[in-house]
Amino acid sequence: MSDKQVKTLDSITIRFAGDSGDGMQLTGGQFTDTTAIAGNDLNTFPDYPAEIRAPVGTTFGVSGFQIQLSSKPVHTPGDAPDVLVAMNPAALKVNLPILRDNGIIIVNTDSFQQRNLDLAKYESNPLEDDSLKLYQVFRVPITTLTREALKDSPLRPKDKDRSKNFFALGMTYWMYSRSMDHTIEWINAKFKNKPELIDANTRALQAGYTYALSTEIFTTSYRIDKADKKPGKYRNITGNEATALGFIAAAKRAGKELYLGSYPITPASDILHELAKYRNYGVKTFQAEDEIAGIASAIGASYAGDMAITTTSGPGLALKSEALGLAVITELPLVVVNVQRGGPSTGLPTKTEQADLMQAMYGRNGEAPVPVIAANSPSDCFSAAFEAMEIAFKFNTPVVLLTDGYIANGAEPWLIPKVEDLPVIKVDYADDAENYQPYKRDPETLARKMAIPGMPGFEHHVGGLEKDVSGNVSYVPAVHQEMVNLRAEKVKRVNMHTTEPELYGNPEGELLVISWGSTYGSVFKAMEEAHSRGLSVSWYHLRWINPMPKNLGDIIKNFKKVLVPEINLGQLKQLIRAEYLVDAQGFNRVNGLPINSGELLEAIESQLKG
Amino acid sequence: MADTMNIEPVKLTREDFNSPIEARWCPGCGDYSILAQMKKVLPELGVKKENIVFIAGIGCSSRFPYYVDTYGYHTIHGRAPAVASGVKIANPDLKVFVMTGDGDALSIGGNHFIHLCRRNIDITVVLFNNEIYGLTKGQYSPTSVQGQITKSSPYGSIERPFNPVEMALAAGATFVARTIDREPKHLEHILKRAAMHKGLSFVEVYQNCVIFNDGAYAPLTDKKVKKDNLIYMENDKPFIFGQDDEKALNWNGSGFEIVNLADHPEETLIKHAEDGGNPAAEFALSNLTMETHMPTPIGVFRNAHIPTYENMLVKQIKDVTAQKGEGTLETLLNSGNTFEIK
Ligand code: SF4
Repeated sequence: MSDKQVKTLDSITIRFAGDSGDGMQLTGGQFTDTTAIAGNDLNTFPDYPAEIRAPVGTTFGVSGFQIQLSSKPVHTPGDAPDVLVAMNPAALKVNLPILRDNGIIIVNTDSFQQRNLDLAKYESNPLEDDSLKLYQVFRVPITTLTREALKDSPLRPKDKDRSKNFFALGMTYWMYSRSMDHTIEWINAKFKNKPELIDANTRALQAGYTYALSTEIFTTSYRIDKADKKPGKYRNITGNEATALGFIAAAKRAGKELYLGSYPITPASDILHELAKYRNYGVKTFQAEDEIAGIASAIGASYAGDMAITTTSGPGLALKSEALGLAVITELPLVVVNVQRGGPSTGLPTKTEQADLMQAMYGRNGEAPVPVIAANSPSDCFSAAFEAMEIAFKFNTPVVLLTDGYIANGAEPWLIPKVEDLPVIKVDYADDAENYQPYKRDPETLARKMAIPGMPGFEHHVGGLEKDVSGNVSYVPAVHQEMVNLRAEKVKRVNMHTTEPELYGNPEGELLVISWGSTYGSVFKAMEEAHSRGLSVSWYHLRWINPMPKNLGDIIKNFKKVLVPEINLGQLKQLIRAEYLVDAQGFNRVNGLPINSGELLEAIESQLKG
Repeated sequence: MADTMNIEPVKLTREDFNSPIEARWCPGCGDYSILAQMKKVLPELGVKKENIVFIAGIGCSSRFPYYVDTYGYHTIHGRAPAVASGVKIANPDLKVFVMTGDGDALSIGGNHFIHLCRRNIDITVVLFNNEIYGLTKGQYSPTSVQGQITKSSPYGSIERPFNPVEMALAAGATFVARTIDREPKHLEHILKRAAMHKGLSFVEVYQNCVIFNDGAYAPLTDKKVKKDNLIYMENDKPFIFGQDDEKALNWNGSGFEIVNLADHPEETLIKHAEDGGNPAAEFALSNLTMETHMPTPIGVFRNAHIPTYENMLVKQIKDVTAQKGEGTLETLLNSGNTFEIK
């Protein structure tokens, strides 16, 4: 014990992996919260199967949780983990290929019996052959040690084994010099009415910690200094939580009640769950009979004066497209959140992708433009949701907010904004009943003036048929032409009211990287590295994709080449090429995972060489 | 909205609801009758004009909102129940109507229709059942009778029709009624009762489409025969019908049968109990139609009272607020596991 040493590291990436019933998401979540409280910067990536309980012990039942923590700002959950905690052979098999060379593996040796090796399709036991010789392997009989620690517990043996993730967590707490306090508090609150579980989980946690401290296997523990973060109050938050809070905040700032019409869908359901908790904030959540009713009811709520949203993922957006067109033609404020996942069809429900950009842009009948905004990180979902709503109300238009599975489930510390820093959202209803015309517009924004049911003297009709300014149905050719133009022009003018992103790097040079949405973190990391190597590359990350920022055309002209990294086959690339007539090239990966910043860096280098 | 729709004297007349837009249904269409009766009913509801909203989907019926001078939203095919749900939940003070047809409510919008009934949101649904698609020019609908010749069934429809009243009952609507466009007094009376009901009220109107399905309800509207084919249900009264009121429906233990009053004196007959909460009787009555070669009852099939969705939601918001305290932006931003970095 005395010869143990402490090493200080800048950053470390840990991946917890086990069966989907092993509680790996919980373990990762606890490690994350404790790390946030310890003052490190962090970024997480939960990676779990679509099946709730996939067959035990198999590779497709493996659930993983990756976290990068650092004393420096972090923007990604890390490309290759430094440490893998593998609770069974399948978890080892699935995750070994991404582990960095000479990385640390902590395995539960108890689970490496023949049956589990067969289930994971191992021909021989990797702990016994030399397949792990490139790594530092820590062999710990986690199940046995947990049982031993709980020998006085009244729980049945099977239930005792369920505490083994806390044992593993305890070991990592020692290894990375974390305090157990937060987790113990959490256990006490979580199992308030089950004292035997409080006892078992706490003991397992402490046993893991003590084991790592006292055994000779672990010779080194690590310190990661506090990140030099902006002072203030923080909260660790996932993208879906931040999205929910962003909308509640917007409703409060507009003096409106928030209405959510939604149908459960992975990975968006957590927004519904989150908002359903906030009844005491006047939040109304309506779990509709289907995706269409989700948006249609939100349209009704918006028409009647609530702040309305609908949340979904790609397949749901497809179902909502006709109703979204109705919101376009009746010009109602509404935000549609699409937490993108792998497609097409059911695709990869729990994996991330950016392949719904074109659907958001154009997936409707007729000329039906909508502003499109994308969040770039878990905590950024708060401001993106808030901003989407500001624009929806300023222009009386539906807005599509794109996030994706990666940032929706991933978490990072969020510097909580001050109330007074959140803008007030002005809701501007018609005031002249005598001369009210439902499609009369504000000359600057082209937003129509709304009047909502209950306002005396403003009774009028709206609907999906083309209308003239008075709200009367019109088939006159010139009226349709004019209304189509006005709706398009209105959306174009959105960029006069949004902030242009900052260009990262020199205003001119060889290569411009243009990206959007959740790739922000990966691109950031690649760009940092590129600049430290002195490469002539600059970066522009879009927030609003429709309309594009006013200055983008000018920026592009100052670069010889344009590279667009995306988790799709080149959708933003196509938009950029079409809009700016530039020979933009794509860097495209569609494998259900965030973009790997190392690979992107190579792509940047090869662009600069080629 | 702070204004309430609680009964307070609002002096409105039929004329107040005249829309500047002229109705454009085919001359002779049954829809005109529904519009005329609705305009009589609206001033009698004690609801301010600005608190009345008509929501419609797509179809001939669904042009209705344009023809009354209230708030009106002509939405998309089949989705009016969902839009209306959002309207009512956003502002429970509004009186919300859904005007729909057999294709709109039971085909493309079937899912929304049953869930609207199930939730008991305080909305009045008026279904114009003409057993045909009119606006798309004459295809069979989910209520067309088997064998019906239409443009899309030149050899006769082989599909079995829905019975809308039966569907609404099964889906849990708390007020379910049927009436006929050619019976203006009855139509007015039923529309008014439906509109006054607290909860989901459903009215099926047998509506004649003069262009594509003329005479579909002739046995129920033709003066010469209708008395033999139509039963006016009245609460607490026996089901008497016939040219000379000489027949009645009676319950034989498992279903309704036709009996002669001569053999069955009035006091021995089963009486209609619209609020009786007896599904066997409700469903048996709903199944007496021309399809089943029985006289067709019109009137109220069910009149039940349970809490409405929006009232329960409002109550839940109040209860949770009382328990947890009113949420403010300040409490929102400081919720969760926060920590300070100095
Ligand atoms: S087509 Fe039939 S239902 Fe439609 S307006 Fe004409 S008569 Fe009425």
